[in-house]
Amino acid sequence: MSTKRKIFRWAVRIGMGLATGITAALTLFLVGYVLIKGFPNISWELLSTSPSYISERIGILPDILNTVYIVIATLIIVIPLGVGAAIYLTEYAASKKLVGIIEYAAEALSGIPSIIYGLVGMLIFSNNMGTSLLAGALTLVIMNLPTIMRNTQESLKTVPQSYREGAFGLGAGKWRVIRTVVLPGCLDGVITGCILSVGRILGESAALLYTAGFAHVAYGFFDGLTQSGSTLTVALYVYAKERGEFGVAFAIASILMVLAFLINLSASMISKHHQRRNAA
Amino acid sequence: MNHAIITVNDLNLWYGQSQALKHITMEIPEKSITALIGPSGCGKSTFLKTLNRMNDLIPTVKITGEVRYGGENIFESEVNALRKEVGMVFQKPNPFPMSIYDNIAYGPRTHGIKSKAKLDEIVERSLRDAAIWDEVKDRLKKNAIGLSGGQQQRLCIARALAVEPKVLLMDEPTSALDPISTSRIEELAMELKEKYTIVIVTHNMQQAVRISDFTAFFLLGELVEFGETEEMFSQPKDQRTEDYITGRFG
Repeated sequence: MSTKRKIFRWAVRIGMGLATGITAALTLFLVGYVLIKGFPNISWELLSTSPSYISERIGILPDILNTVYIVIATLIIVIPLGVGAAIYLTEYAASKKLVGIIEYAAEALSGIPSIIYGLVGMLIFSNNMGTSLLAGALTLVIMNLPTIMRNTQESLKTVPQSYREGAFGLGAGKWRVIRTVVLPGCLDGVITGCILSVGRILGESAALLYTAGFAHVAYGFFDGLTQSGSTLTVALYVYAKERGEFGVAFAIASILMVLAFLINLSASMISKHHQRRNAA
Repeated sequence: MNHAIITVNDLNLWYGQSQALKHITMEIPEKSITALIGPSGCGKSTFLKTLNRMNDLIPTVKITGEVRYGGENIFESEVNALRKEVGMVFQKPNPFPMSIYDNIAYGPRTHGIKSKAKLDEIVERSLRDAAIWDEVKDRLKKNAIGLSGGQQQRLCIARALAVEPKVLLMDEPTSALDPISTSRIEELAMELKEKYTIVIVTHNMQQAVRISDFTAFFLLGELVEFGETEEMFSQPKDQRTEDYITGRFG
């Protein structure tokens, strides 16, 4: 091998090593920085109380509750809609052209910046029903619908056609085939998609700034939905930007980071289980 | 020749613009094995799938003519009731990813049988009829995907038998199997014709000779010749049949 070639190969190697190193260092630094600054500020009092201006106490219980409420409300609406639409488009729709157009539109929608959803959500929902968690949840429904639908469609397509033929060949009707053979065959794929949606809902702030509001009052589920309320991400913004409480902000950030990690972990565990079962 | 269970009258079938079946007229005799032979793309599989309307799943298919089963034109009858009567075994074994028991019980449950005792009885009878009971009786709750290819195919036959069909359509059921599994399926088919009418598509001419009572030779979407297997293979009436079975093309 010529010297020139040798040098070139080494240069490429070093370059790639450097790129990997920088990427890894950045990620680890970010995670470490947030956790190190955040964890010492997490206390039971912070997690279990509401903020009070009188006693100058900061608690994020309302924000935690609001986050849980908005995740639940969004999922309750978006899963039946998204999964239902996916089943229709994949299993029933006769016009492949129309399906193609809807799929294309869904994919285009999932690439739009979330702040635009916030703007639209504000005009459609908040201006009519007031700034509230429900308005925020509905906005997130619109935002997550295309992804849930596309993900479910792709999961449905992984179920081998031969299963469907086998069931039809026994005289099963279309809905029975879907319910007993197709859906069980791709359920973990659908669930994985929903879990990843939870991650997106948890992480969303821009769309909620417009629609769900900033209040930090703890309510029950149904009362909470009708009230203005901030989720953890919105609270993070408020505490850092408007009140300069960086300790609290980092505490929230580290909680969100741990949650995101857990969500990704469970999603990948489910899809691994799926692969193992399909390979068996 | 036994009395005909299925009567096909001037059947034509198109996939979009191209015609896959041309003016097919034949009678399929009851409680016997009818083999459909012919080179790839001759329409034999398409014809088989027409008999229980599996072609309905393909949107571009257009059909004219009639297929009569039990005195009714199948294209006018209820498709799920038809498929209960005319069952199907596919080229590649396709057990559902569920337990052996649930695979067999799938059909009966589809048609409304809920009683555990009745289902137990059907599962055992079907597995016995498909000559696989002894191999699986101790692991009925295990996933069917864990069975070997040959066992899976016999399981699929058992699954088809569980709804008590009159006719069993087999689409090259041994093409994905080893020789030993193949001969077991062939033996099974010959036993099953005591109770069922079997129509089998095969690429393997020896298989047609070994197991079938009647043979239909398809070429380019036409039914060239149909008759008793022995006669067709010893004295074919049509030159094209002779050329095909002596291996001059195909």
